Amino acid sequence: MPKDHGIGASPKRREDLRFLTGNGNYTDDINLYGQAYVHFLRSDVAHGRLNKVDTSAAADMPGVVRIFTGDDFAGVGGIPCGWQVTDKHGQPMQEPAHPVLAQGKVRHVGDPIAAIVAETYEQARDAAEAIVLDIEELPAVIDMKAAVKDGAPKVHDDLTSNLCYDWGFVEENKAATDEAFKNAAHVTSLELVNNRLVANPMEPRVAVGDYNRSTDESTLYTTSQNPHVIRLLMGAFVLGIPEHKLRVVAPDVGGGFGTKIFHYAEEAFCTFAARQIKRPVKWTSSRSEAFMSDAHGRDHVSKIELALDKDNNFIALRTETYANMGAYLSTFAPSVPTWLHGTLMAGNYRTPLVYVNVKAVFTNTVPVDAYRGAGRPEATYQLERVIDKAARELGVDPIKLRRQNFITQFPYQTPVAVVYDTGNYVATMDKLEEIADFSGFAARRKASEAKGKLRGLGVNCYIEACGIAPSNLVGQLGARAGLYESATVRVNATGSISVMTGSHSHGQGHETAFPQVIAEMLGIDESMIEIVHGDTAKGPMGMGTYGSRSLAVGGSAMVRATEKIINKAKKIAAHLMEASDADIEIKDGKFHVAGTDKSVAWGDVTLAAYVPHNYPLEDIEPGLEETAFYDPSNFTYPSGAYACEVELDPDTGRVTIERFSAADDFGNIINPMIVSGQVHGGIGQGIGQALLEGAVYDDNGQLLTGSYMDYAMPRAADVPFYAVDHSCVTPCTHNPLGVKGCGEAGAIGSPPSVVNAVIDALHSAGKTHITHIDMPLSPNRVWAAMNA
Amino acid sequence: MYNFELVRPTTIADAASALGHEGAQALGGGQTLLPTMKQRLASPETLVSLTAITEMQGVCMSDDGHLCIGGATPHALVAREAVAHYPALAGLASHIGDPAVRNRGTIGGSLANNDPSACYPSAALGSGAVIITNTRKIAADDYFQGMFTTALNEGEIITEVRFPIPEKANYQKFEQPASRFALVGVFVAKYADGVRVAVTGASEEGVFRWTEAEAALSKSFTADALNGLTLPADGMIGDLHGSKAYRAHLVGVMTKRAVAAAA
Ligand SMILES: Cc1cc2nc3c(=O)[nH]c(=O)nc-3n(C[C@H](O)[C@H](O)[C@H](O)COP(=O)(O)OP(=O)(O)OC[C@H]3O[C@@H](n4cnc5c(N)ncnc54)[C@H](O)[C@@H]3O)c2cc1C
Repeated sequence: MPKDHGIGASPKRREDLRFLTGNGNYTDDINLYGQAYVHFLRSDVAHGRLNKVDTSAAADMPGVVRIFTGDDFAGVGGIPCGWQVTDKHGQPMQEPAHPVLAQGKVRHVGDPIAAIVAETYEQARDAAEAIVLDIEELPAVIDMKAAVKDGAPKVHDDLTSNLCYDWGFVEENKAATDEAFKNAAHVTSLELVNNRLVANPMEPRVAVGDYNRSTDESTLYTTSQNPHVIRLLMGAFVLGIPEHKLRVVAPDVGGGFGTKIFHYAEEAFCTFAARQIKRPVKWTSSRSEAFMSDAHGRDHVSKIELALDKDNNFIALRTETYANMGAYLSTFAPSVPTWLHGTLMAGNYRTPLVYVNVKAVFTNTVPVDAYRGAGRPEATYQLERVIDKAARELGVDPIKLRRQNFITQFPYQTPVAVVYDTGNYVATMDKLEEIADFSGFAARRKASEAKGKLRGLGVNCYIEACGIAPSNLVGQLGARAGLYESATVRVNATGSISVMTGSHSHGQGHETAFPQVIAEMLGIDESMIEIVHGDTAKGPMGMGTYGSRSLAVGGSAMVRATEKIINKAKKIAAHLMEASDADIEIKDGKFHVAGTDKSVAWGDVTLAAYVPHNYPLEDIEPGLEETAFYDPSNFTYPSGAYACEVELDPDTGRVTIERFSAADDFGNIINPMIVSGQVHGGIGQGIGQALLEGAVYDDNGQLLTGSYMDYAMPRAADVPFYAVDHSCVTPCTHNPLGVKGCGEAGAIGSPPSVVNAVIDALHSAGKTHITHIDMPLSPNRVWAAMNA
Repeated sequence: MYNFELVRPTTIADAASALGHEGAQALGGGQTLLPTMKQRLASPETLVSLTAITEMQGVCMSDDGHLCIGGATPHALVAREAVAHYPALAGLASHIGDPAVRNRGTIGGSLANNDPSACYPSAALGSGAVIITNTRKIAADDYFQGMFTTALNEGEIITEVRFPIPEKANYQKFEQPASRFALVGVFVAKYADGVRVAVTGASEEGVFRWTEAEAALSKSFTADALNGLTLPADGMIGDLHGSKAYRAHLVGVMTKRAVAAAA
């Protein structure tokens, strides 16, 4: 019998009622008394010297309150970067200044030059047109390989070149890896592009800055995945406002996918301007602005080589990647192609030697940072594509080749620093073969061929690293933040519970899933538990939600805090029943004295905590509220095996996804329905990347895909009904729930199998010379490959 | 968006006179014009909405057997009401944009705009339709004059479009992956006196008739009749979503499919 509450049950998401009935409270729903509106005048050239910004005529336009330019931020900090990577020579990365408003130069289309604050948004836009700019256009650097050539124009004049860092990992493995390649029986190599993506959350970014003159307190309402991180970065590094005078609120947030992790100039601007003009200042991004100001994702150009011995064992792997940073370093940009990418390069396989080289490059494009999966999809894509190619070259079954090289012993020390605690890659592959009905494929291919279509089957495995930790290790790797999580469990006098979590829900369903955990631990009803998040004034310092960390890290903190609650409550119960705390058991919302029929209700204990008339005051304090900070000892390592079946129309090159199956191992599952939903969404984005999406700049740095007219988002009809399974469970060994995280898996695990399936379809028609097509596999690209 | 005035006349005559003023522009469903205004790329002083003019609304059959569609008729209505008379045209209308676009966007707006990737121009040209304005009748062959260019004069209103009903017809749209407009769309219509083939989405000159295909199909209305016929890539649109050669190729594929599916 499936459970109807607690861990393992699938109650419907309680937050959906307000989301689906228009009762959500998003940042754009927040309107403050006296609020002014800001419009950002953005650069329409990719690279230029900003000689003059003449605002004199604009300042006199109707409704204009004040116009700000880079000069107004002379004494203010720049947008900070949260991760410092050390290059292969032991030198720190090159880190350019990132002013809130452009100073001296503009560096990408969309770079904000001036901010016009006016009574209405339209008045601000009108005034923007009256600003006279003197910009001397400079040659733009767009192509990464051209950007690092000698003599290339520099994005930042004060840096020595456009190379942010040249990273080698593990540098000590390089010589041995190169040596292994010399002795290999077979080497497969592949050059590929991991296409640049625009996250496109349904809700664009919004910021409202407010300033209270009587308390000297600033408040920023913002569309963020991590309000505490924004408070720290903006308060300490940009504006110099201490935490006790700065509150950051991220209310309902309509999707993040990574792009709402980062601290953005617009947030700092609204907070700063509200203090200057002593009025609330609001900015709502248009979709067009989002395309040119939200951090983009991916954009790697890689070469990967796999060396095998004569028995088809993987003996070494070598990669070289150019990773686009864009024009400035977004908050976590440097960590994505390095610590979130290089560490995953062993994948699910026993490759003893791995060497990863990454060159991070500045270009005149929008900054690039984490997007669902962040580094891990880039690693998985390279690895799972090159394995597929190797299998074809060697004439062996791609699944067999994978199985032969699977890691089967855990814990497993990879050659790329990380240690996988658990996993069972054979089990997920077995499960995949079952749910994807591989045995029926031949018949389905025949049926497609009878319609004049080609059919292909592609598989891939993936390994993910979630809940990046522990803090002391990531500190050594260059993180400028801790990566613990916090929770305060506040039991109220009548027994209801408010849980303040440092993680943040922007669609994931925490308000439903987190109470299931506590309800299970206490034996009370979920409806008595409320999850509070997204407000620095309400909960302890937390690190927010990204990297599939909320349950593994945030949930663990919540468990620890609840354990403290249970310990204390048992003492109170023991006192009330005149028993020893050691004999108290908690079951079905009651405290029992073991071996007797004596019990006291949950509500009686909680009331006693706050009305301590009959209470062990000499032993314990009144009240029932506990906080825990949880810092994991390792990452968690979800893994899985995915299969995609495509149909390809040889006349047009159009690919359609006919079946998609995913067998994942996420460790223990709290709410299977929510987990399936996360996988569905992730696969949807993965299919989007594989077939449709791609941000493209022309040589002058104009974004050709600046709207939905040219940037192809996946739609419902582009994805099939998925077969997803998460019954293969190897619980995480180091967190109290045994959970691993599931938010990014779908986006990490799906692109390679789509591309592998298309290659398979083409080979079935004798097009064996086609070994690779870069994503997105648009009809035009597939047709061109077929007709080259 | 800049400030503008909105007028909603109820007769064609009032609309025409409102459009006679400097800075006035017709507003159909607003599915093209309003986004353009939001981006501040258009700044009409007065919008003259045509959607309150009842005589420009609706679908009917004329006594001489033409399908008449009012110039301000939304796509959704055509999709619904033309289906019995001209299924290929109704099918085309039912695949324009999404439900919201189809409920607002109008045939007159689409033909006046003459977007090189729009669907309706191929139906009008492929059917040899007559575009009726407040001042004259224009044969489709004379009406389309290149991308976003038509025979319409300033302030002229498309009040009605008249389609001769073919024996068989079909529209095949190959969607541009992002916008889902036609990357290439081919409208094929077989009349007693010959076959017409109109192609949208493909050419730098906008919608055009593929005369070689028409000749071949007029002899034999079969997909095989098109074997060996190709269009030169030269003059085709080449962009992110499709090279010139790809578009030229797709015209051939879509034409064959339209012939095979014609009903
Ligand atoms: C999301 C989206 C998807 C779309 N997809 C497609 C698609 O797949 N295929 C397709 O063909 N189209 C598509 N369209 C276009 C849409 O179908 C409309 O046909 C088109 O926008 C123009 O019609 P309208 O009535 O909205 O005109 P408007 O936007 O109101 O006007 C367009 C132009 O025509 C003029 N005009 C309007 N009516 C008349 C008239 N009766 N006489 C003279 N001039 C007039 C206006 O002054 C203006 O210059 C799409 C639009 C959107 C927003």
